[in-house]
Amino acid sequence: MSRLHERLEAKRKLPTADTSHVVSPKTTRIARRDFLKTSAAAGGGLCIAAFVPELAARPVSNPAANATVFAPNAFVRIAADESVTVIANHSEMGQGIYTSLPMLLNEELQADWSRIKVEAAPVDAAYNHTVFGMQMTGGSTTTPSEWERFRKMGAMARVMLIDAAAHKWGVSASECHAEKGVVIHAASSKKASYGSLADAASQLKPPANVVLKDPKQFTLIGKPTRRLDTPSKVNGTAQFGLDVRLPGMLFALVARPPVFGGKVLSFDASEALKIPGVRAVQQIPSGVAIVAERFWAAKLGREKVKISWDHGPNAKLSTSQMLDDFSRLSASPGTVAKRTGDPAAALANAAKTITAEYHVPYLAHAMMEPLNCVVDLRADSCEIWTGTQFETVDRANAAQVAGLPPEKVQIHTTLLGGGFGRRANPASDFVVEAMHVAKVAGAPVKVAWTREDDLAGGWYRPMWHDRFAAGLDAQGYPIAWTHTIVGQSITEGTPFAAYTINRDGVDSTSVEGAADLLYGIPNLQVDLHSPKIGVPVQWWRSVGHSHTGFSVEGFFDEVAHAGGKDPYELRRKLLANQPRMSAVLQLVGQKAGWGKPLPPGRGRGIATHFSFDSYVAQVIEAAVDKDGTVRVHRVVCAVDCGRTVNPDIVKAQMEGGIIFGLTAALKTEITLEDGRVQQRNFHEYPMLRMFESPEIEVHIVSSEQNPTGVGEPSVPPVAPGLANAIFAATGKRVRRLPIRASDLLGGNEAKS
Amino acid sequence: MTSFFLNGKSVTVDDDPSTPLLWVIRDSLGLTGTKFGCGMALCGACTVHLDGNAMRSCVAPLSRVAGKQVTTIEGLSSDLSHPLQRAWIEIDVPQCGYCQSGQIMSAAVLLKENSKPTNKDIDEAMSGNICRCGTYSRIRRAIHRAAEIAAEKRSS
Repeated sequence: MSRLHERLEAKRKLPTADTSHVVSPKTTRIARRDFLKTSAAAGGGLCIAAFVPELAARPVSNPAANATVFAPNAFVRIAADESVTVIANHSEMGQGIYTSLPMLLNEELQADWSRIKVEAAPVDAAYNHTVFGMQMTGGSTTTPSEWERFRKMGAMARVMLIDAAAHKWGVSASECHAEKGVVIHAASSKKASYGSLADAASQLKPPANVVLKDPKQFTLIGKPTRRLDTPSKVNGTAQFGLDVRLPGMLFALVARPPVFGGKVLSFDASEALKIPGVRAVQQIPSGVAIVAERFWAAKLGREKVKISWDHGPNAKLSTSQMLDDFSRLSASPGTVAKRTGDPAAALANAAKTITAEYHVPYLAHAMMEPLNCVVDLRADSCEIWTGTQFETVDRANAAQVAGLPPEKVQIHTTLLGGGFGRRANPASDFVVEAMHVAKVAGAPVKVAWTREDDLAGGWYRPMWHDRFAAGLDAQGYPIAWTHTIVGQSITEGTPFAAYTINRDGVDSTSVEGAADLLYGIPNLQVDLHSPKIGVPVQWWRSVGHSHTGFSVEGFFDEVAHAGGKDPYELRRKLLANQPRMSAVLQLVGQKAGWGKPLPPGRGRGIATHFSFDSYVAQVIEAAVDKDGTVRVHRVVCAVDCGRTVNPDIVKAQMEGGIIFGLTAALKTEITLEDGRVQQRNFHEYPMLRMFESPEIEVHIVSSEQNPTGVGEPSVPPVAPGLANAIFAATGKRVRRLPIRASDLLGGNEAKS
Repeated sequence: MTSFFLNGKSVTVDDDPSTPLLWVIRDSLGLTGTKFGCGMALCGACTVHLDGNAMRSCVAPLSRVAGKQVTTIEGLSSDLSHPLQRAWIEIDVPQCGYCQSGQIMSAAVLLKENSKPTNKDIDEAMSGNICRCGTYSRIRRAIHRAAEIAAEKRSS
């Protein structure tokens, strides 16, 4: 959901089913840009308003009946036993926020780090995203959006604890300070632990204002800090959605239509019901649910259900046909997303012009933990356990199915075994379906998806086709750049369209990374075709940048070669007015040894990309074997993501995003023939593995700017960096993904 | 009824003998550290030890383990003291963490058989385990580190 922020306006409310409670008017009034400015201004120890009524007013359930718990706001609780619980309103899906959010809070709270525990927030308006006005995780926004709030919440708690101690000792609060969970009055050497002050502090009113530290005083933020969730992830105790077990819980699988949009005509459950443990076989809106005492019985039962399907209007869908259609469409002008100068005239007058078409396929998210959802539906309430990125939306949609008011539906967010955008589904597909299953199951039920269900289940990164033309002047510099993009809108028909689709019909998530090109090219046009196709699509790690990164940076490399320029030097020249990207580019060039000799057969490719407000550049070294196998040897990555909260987590996210990007570059595609998805499991949708994993180096630019996105920005430069390295090594230009050995063999394409 | 040893304890279950061990461990015996990722022995998330050898429990029928020793991630150590767990924590390997039980169980067999694995040994032993978050470079580092920790343990 990148770039949503650009279209967030105060008067617009998110039109989900329960707008009354999903929108926090206080926060939605702040557009992202303004929000970032506010944060910047607040960074230097200014006095800022921290008191937010809905936060302080939140009632807190007391986890230990006899203990006093100090809960100054919705984000932290301090108990008499000295435990400090940070309530995380964003989901942990690997990106490390169950560590970085507590770091933000504790930078100000000054509790003993070893006493910090993390708990997932319930669904409540108090936990809404500060920019998007709903509870959610996505768009690489957790740290940027919580950068200020979590520190304020920690400061609020510290101030109250100090006040409680000062009052107890009859001294001035200004003479006291806090250190490692203890309030100290230095003059008298009096000390009191946070736990011992919890009761007294809870009697105090939260302060209206708190003063945040000058970043120069940070002791936790910016320091590599071990993740709090690692121990539970190495001994089997971490609880993912699929691990949830309720008393009396049943298990269900759903047989879904083999073609998107298909419907059940009739089904015969007689053989399935003979499987021991199968309790019920029932039609639900999305297919036929098989409810059993165990997962395995449900699986066996599903294999025995005979279903007759109406395949509907998509029964002839074919991605190879779509490729032809997209290519044809890209030859006609689309809706203009961006125009500068006079690209047509500049192209006509150019000393040299080049053109190219680029293509990327549908992609599945393929999180290691397949989708699942546990529902306990009762007459007057409902509880849901699932790993979701979209609590507010899911609750609204679940409530609608249940016929309950949203506040009667509670979601327990578990750890997510990967998300990558799939668990932020605007239709809450996996939650809504589980609600329907719960209605027929008559008991708490866990709906599990198999890998096959997951890969064939839709909601893919769209297939994209790009057509470029560039005009070069007599010196070989680009003076014109036109880019026609063809692909489905991921937000059309969703509540998010109000923020993402402009009056002309351009979805900003389709053209991001293309329409906001950083290179100084005087005549530019980006236009868009958004064909309507019956394949469900949605955001996928790095969203629109996942295709524009590849096509734009690949074509830019072609432009450099066509003009006889070094791809690194041309980027430097055309990024002269982009100081942050220039710095990242120079850093990566220096660390990678750009221009230095390589072993025979190896080539070096470079790519840059700006996304989620972060600047990334990568240099990739690769070679191609005689049989067309691509060997990726080394990836050097430089990133400017503003101030880093936990540098080791930033590095881990860059490393992971690079592997994610390499998998997309080398391995995966979802194709359809006769409306059927062709890939069933990891043998047909292969992931990059250990033996193919390159040496990765990550270099972080030191910055005093506010934090920007980290989870996604390392993905876009990977595929073009690799394609450009392959060109350098072999003279073969890669213009479609995944890279196929057959595209790298055969008649040699001359180096341009 | 099928009996086997799970993490050293004798267990008896009434699941059909053709049921994959993974679902017996998770659903009948309630140990959820062993994960479901593909059901076809393609991803390694379900890796357990059968008499000390790595096995994909998602395709192993219960009947195959009758009378044998099965070890899951929960049985690796009771206190995070296994060199692999220590190294994993030191290097902060996991991201989402879902595949890590299987990664560690595969690595444990490697280290048992090869106290000082090379990168090539690691490639061979670990390429059956997929990590979608892309933690491979840290897994590699952590296996080398665990080998060091194990060597220190032996010499002390």
